[in-house]
Amino acid sequence: MSAARRETLLWFAQRASAAVLALCVVVHLITIVYAVRGGLSAAEILGRAHGSGGWIAFYALFVLAVSVHAPIGLRAIAIEWLGWRGASRDWVVLAMAAALAIAGLRAAWAVFA
Amino acid sequence: MIDMKNDYRSRNHSGWWAFLVHRLSGLALALFLPLHFWALGQALHGEAALDGFLRWAERPPVKFAEWILVLLLAAHLGGGVRLLMLEFLPWREWHKTLLACAAAVAIAAGLAFALAL
Repeated sequence: MSAARRETLLWFAQRASAAVLALCVVVHLITIVYAVRGGLSAAEILGRAHGSGGWIAFYALFVLAVSVHAPIGLRAIAIEWLGWRGASRDWVVLAMAAALAIAGLRAAWAVFA
Repeated sequence: MIDMKNDYRSRNHSGWWAFLVHRLSGLALALFLPLHFWALGQALHGEAALDGFLRWAERPPVKFAEWILVLLLAAHLGGGVRLLMLEFLPWREWHKTLLACAAAVAIAAGLAFALAL
């Protein structure tokens, strides 16, 4: 893949994931403010999420979108602020995306299952 | 000297500050995510393990850090929606209004979280 095509794809992926995240973050912020009233407890968190298909679907989408969005943002910082270029940077970014997706889906599953 | 002056000017306007807030909030959120996922993953070890973490997180410095993170998340959301609008909608003359809206989203979320704590 040419460098120009890769940059275009990453630009599009960043905006598409941002659009998904905009909706997810609004829901997440409302949930946070609602959940912290009276303090957080494991029973309350698990009671809300346990076995809920809608909950796991929403958070799986949230995790996947952030796993695309955050590494691309970090890549931009690596290029513009650190001057990090070359294949090693993109392999590290790819590894970050995979690690975030795995850790995030594991966390969502931990609360759902 | 001229370059320095231009550099200063290019960075001393609302758009540049919006960029900086968006970038730094995004960086902080990206660094926080692994910790957030690890914390929720405690539920795999049972309800007591998650409760143990939540009790630890009740300390005032942790609560303050949580409040900062909510503020950063709201700021990144507001700034991100502003960017999407600037890039995809023909509303460029509204950019100052969008900036004010982005700031308002962050402040509103921060206040709501602080009041709910």
